[in-house]
Amino acid sequence: MNARIAYIASNTFREAVRDRVLYNLIAFALLLSGAAIFVGQISIEIERLVVVNLGLTAVSLFGIVIAIFIGIGLVSKEIEKRTLYTVLSRPVRRWEFIVGKFFGLAGTLVVNTFFMAIGVFGALLYVAHKFSAADLSILVALYFIVLEFLIICALALLFSSFSTPLLSAVFAFSLFVIGSFANDLRGFAGLSHGLTRWLATGAAYLVPNFSALNVISAVAHQQAISGQLILQNTLYALFYSAMVLSGAVLIFERRNLK
Amino acid sequence: MAAIEILGLEKTYMVGFWRKRPKRALQPLHLRVEEGEIFGFLGPNGAGKTTTLKMLMGLVFPTAGSARILGREWTDPEVKAQIGFLPEQPYFYDYLTAHELLDYYGQLSGVPAKERKRRVEEVLQRVGLTDVKGVQLRKFSKGMLQRAGIAQAILHNPKLVFFDEPMSGLDPLGRREVRDLMEQLKQQGKTVFFSTHILSDAEALCDRVAIIHKGELRGVGAVEELTSSVHGKVEVIWQGSQIPAAMKALGGECRISGDTIRAVISDRQQDAAIDALRRERVRLIAITPLRTSLEAYFVEKLQHSQTTAGTTA
Repeated sequence: MNARIAYIASNTFREAVRDRVLYNLIAFALLLSGAAIFVGQISIEIERLVVVNLGLTAVSLFGIVIAIFIGIGLVSKEIEKRTLYTVLSRPVRRWEFIVGKFFGLAGTLVVNTFFMAIGVFGALLYVAHKFSAADLSILVALYFIVLEFLIICALALLFSSFSTPLLSAVFAFSLFVIGSFANDLRGFAGLSHGLTRWLATGAAYLVPNFSALNVISAVAHQQAISGQLILQNTLYALFYSAMVLSGAVLIFERRNLK
Repeated sequence: MAAIEILGLEKTYMVGFWRKRPKRALQPLHLRVEEGEIFGFLGPNGAGKTTTLKMLMGLVFPTAGSARILGREWTDPEVKAQIGFLPEQPYFYDYLTAHELLDYYGQLSGVPAKERKRRVEEVLQRVGLTDVKGVQLRKFSKGMLQRAGIAQAILHNPKLVFFDEPMSGLDPLGRREVRDLMEQLKQQGKTVFFSTHILSDAEALCDRVAIIHKGELRGVGAVEELTSSVHGKVEVIWQGSQIPAAMKALGGECRISGDTIRAVISDRQQDAAIDALRRERVRLIAITPLRTSLEAYFVEKLQHSQTTAGTTA
């Protein structure tokens, strides 16, 4: 990686780590894992299913909230506070700034996911008393959650490069909700006709397909995740994030920093 | 070689709800700043000083025109390794300490790790922030932030430094220190381009100044050239409490303040004035040729532009 991108990424990571709101969210996620233990205890015979389901959902949701919360301010806050002036007046290209910010936020989320995953596995060990081979698929679900975060980070950055933090949050969260139903949208497109079919198909393929990345329920039911899905989802997430990030760079390259 | 060559840079913003109404922030600007000089860019608020600086820094894109900095295209990112920039009322990452901030900027400017450590300590000492280098910037006062801003602008030992209102937020001592720093930079052979509306600073520091008003360049030249427009008058200062009749007869303008009297007379009457004061046996303090101040020149240029605008309208 280009050294300047690495420096910007590491500074973004440092900012997130020093942001107290982040700790609140992590604490909240850990609390939810605790709640999973409690619910697991009162759910006879299905403790594992409940703990995995609730724990992974908590990791995913809080990660999304953190990604959106931090991501929407990554560019707009720097413009508003004019911190960007002293960065871009150095030999830093605008695309390097955007890519550095992306990696910084993605890195933050990977570290967060790691700590939250420890919470989930801890809860699982508490209710099941031992790990089984099937629990390895939880790692796959966590990997898909991280891929989901990459897309959300890129989207939040894209919106942050031209919009206000509030609107960026609305756009990013709306896309997350719509993307979570992307498979249903594709199903609807298949059933409709004429212009509706065209529009629904366009929308279904344009929004990020988060439903394909959500294997929490399958993992909770100890279903195996195929290697093909892992490869497919990896390529999809990387391609989608790269496209969105390119859009963010294109917009930011032309922006006057008044 | 010129340090800065501005070749017709201009900026028009599109304003209004549909962004269809043009608003000109800067008329085509042509300016040349030589290497090693302290150049003052003067103008009232909203004159176009910051827009010009932002265009040179690549933060705002010009509508037309170009510029060359240190002999290279101003858009060349490598040029930026050789320039330092202090924005107006700087704001920095407040979660960082002064030391971390400078280290980060050193990294971005490509200063090698070993040299960076030494340079950071050096500039912290130079701007008087060594004692608070471990304090987060959110706890800094406005003046301390300004010092941090100056430190980051000179950290990587640039050949050319741009300061946008560098005295803003500083107390008299701080202003003096910044003036000394600019002079030291000049002595080191660096070029300093600074915008200000504090004319006394410009008058004390600058080799040359440019005056900009309403986005248009109104005058450019050496401070002595611009301020030597009042010819043929001298100011005579002596000790006393009453104006001698002989001095009154010379027809000059006299003012008493405390136990000194000042009179502005024609330089042809200078000898007669000295004789008159000798006869009265008063103590002569000074006789100096009268020059217009930069402020007077500045006000005249601004009034002239307003009159021209009024006539055109």
